[in-house]
Amino acid sequence: MSGSDTIDNPDRRNFLGTITSVAGATGAAAACWPFVSSMNPSADVLAKATTEVDISSIPPGGEHTVAWQGKPVFIVHRTPEQIKAMEAKETTIDPESDSKRVLKPEWLVVVGICTHLGCVPNRDPEGGWLCPCHGSMYDASGRVVRGPAPRNLEVPVYHFVSDTKILIGKKV
Amino acid sequence: MIKKTISWIDQRFPLTAFVKHELTGYPTPRNLSYWWNFGFLAGFVLVLQIVTGIFLAMHYKADSHLAFDSIQHIMRDVNYGWLLRYLHSTGASAFFVVIYVHMARTLYYGSYRKPRELLWWTGQLLLLLLMAISFMGYLLPWGQMSYWGAEVITNLFRATPFIGDQVVVWLRGDFSVGDETLTRFFALHFLFPFIIAGAVVIHLVALHTVRSSNPSGINLADKDNIPFHPYFTIKDMFGLGVYLIIFFIFVFFYPNTFIEAANNIPANPMQTPPHIEPEWYFLPFYAILRSVPDLVGGVVAMGLSVMIFAAMPYMDRSRIPGGARYRPWYRLLFYVFIADIFLLGYVGAQAVTPQSIILGRVASLVYFGVFLVLPFMSKVEERMLIKRGLPPAVKELLEGEKA
Repeated sequence: MSGSDTIDNPDRRNFLGTITSVAGATGAAAACWPFVSSMNPSADVLAKATTEVDISSIPPGGEHTVAWQGKPVFIVHRTPEQIKAMEAKETTIDPESDSKRVLKPEWLVVVGICTHLGCVPNRDPEGGWLCPCHGSMYDASGRVVRGPAPRNLEVPVYHFVSDTKILIGKKV
Repeated sequence: MIKKTISWIDQRFPLTAFVKHELTGYPTPRNLSYWWNFGFLAGFVLVLQIVTGIFLAMHYKADSHLAFDSIQHIMRDVNYGWLLRYLHSTGASAFFVVIYVHMARTLYYGSYRKPRELLWWTGQLLLLLLMAISFMGYLLPWGQMSYWGAEVITNLFRATPFIGDQVVVWLRGDFSVGDETLTRFFALHFLFPFIIAGAVVIHLVALHTVRSSNPSGINLADKDNIPFHPYFTIKDMFGLGVYLIIFFIFVFFYPNTFIEAANNIPANPMQTPPHIEPEWYFLPFYAILRSVPDLVGGVVAMGLSVMIFAAMPYMDRSRIPGGARYRPWYRLLFYVFIADIFLLGYVGAQAVTPQSIILGRVASLVYFGVFLVLPFMSKVEERMLIKRGLPPAVKELLEGEKA
């Protein structure tokens, strides 16, 4: 860089150099975007985003598992006793009232994926779920009653198309 | 004719000089024990994995509908397909055995100390790459263990601040592990070995700059260095023979030792197997993950348990030569650490019970405790050893190598 003393305006040269570097780096970062974005879910994967389920054949106390976005969703037809017990119960790890987790109290719809590390919990005869991987326990409202899971089972977005049909993945 | 050809090449490419500098004239400490064979063995396993992997890729189909059956096709229909697959699946476990011994040797003899920090850190990078490769390769057979292992491990990225959920979906290319995930894991599983090969070259350049360490822990004078070839090529070949005998006992007689039974069931996203556990080489780190009751805390602890080795050159503050050999306290700490890793491995393979949780937490505390006391212990030990006087053997050695 000899001869820099002959430049009559070194600040201008530095400024131009800086701008060029910044523009170049921005361009390089922008060029990465298509590659990064290509790894996100593709259009056909996103098209699987909703699932319609006929729930008329699920008897009281029964459970049905359906696939939504490749994930299991538990649909439980709860008995009046279970509803009563769940409405009276309060949990501590992720406190949430039962009424906020259902659209109709007799139907519980939750994503069947443990909020700890993503295993599918097994149905517990008493109405809740038990995760086989790390021992998390959920009640008949899908609320976590024993860790290590940090949160309640997720309630997906869904609505009743009719009395016997629900559409998972879309609000009304 | 040969001489002429070589001289023709030498005028255009430093072939003879390279061979002389790196092989026939490369000065190697004459007191290297068989613990120094494992670097070469790791290189051999890498080559074998790349070769078997490329031939497996000629028959494998990275599609969630075809992957599981294509493995059966390899096992039953492809000529010697069973051999290729068992070499590759056993090779993955062998790779970790060799690398873990290689690391244990470095820790025992203090080979990570100045001036070999960069050599140690490139090795740490290689370990991370190896872990990534084996994790991605494990998904490819598309069995139940493959599937749920990938599901659990990709879920760990939920611990990323703010954008955790998006990162997980981005990594999988789907809302759960699926066809997209399988295809990209295959692409990366194919790419990474070549990145490893490049990193190995860097590892070797660093090695040939600082030269091999040796059991005495001090740099030997010229009189105690001998050419790598033929003395250590022959020693490495002998070690390789022993290694291959053990390796092939597993390949031919117990090939399913390292294949979980549940992985012979095709992946089912709707059903988690009753007991899932990672491959044996991840068990100690998995046990640490499970010992922390909080998701983010567990992920951080697990990451730290792998990366903490990089800090060894600074945490070990003693200047006494010879690693554990001449340092009684450090030696004790080393064996406690090794025993603790086995304990963690045992805990990692157990189902979660109140007892296993307590045992896992104690072992995790010991794991990090060892690194925590090391900086203080090494300084106190150094003071103690200097006060007491170095053992006569060390003094004699230091005198003899002054030259």
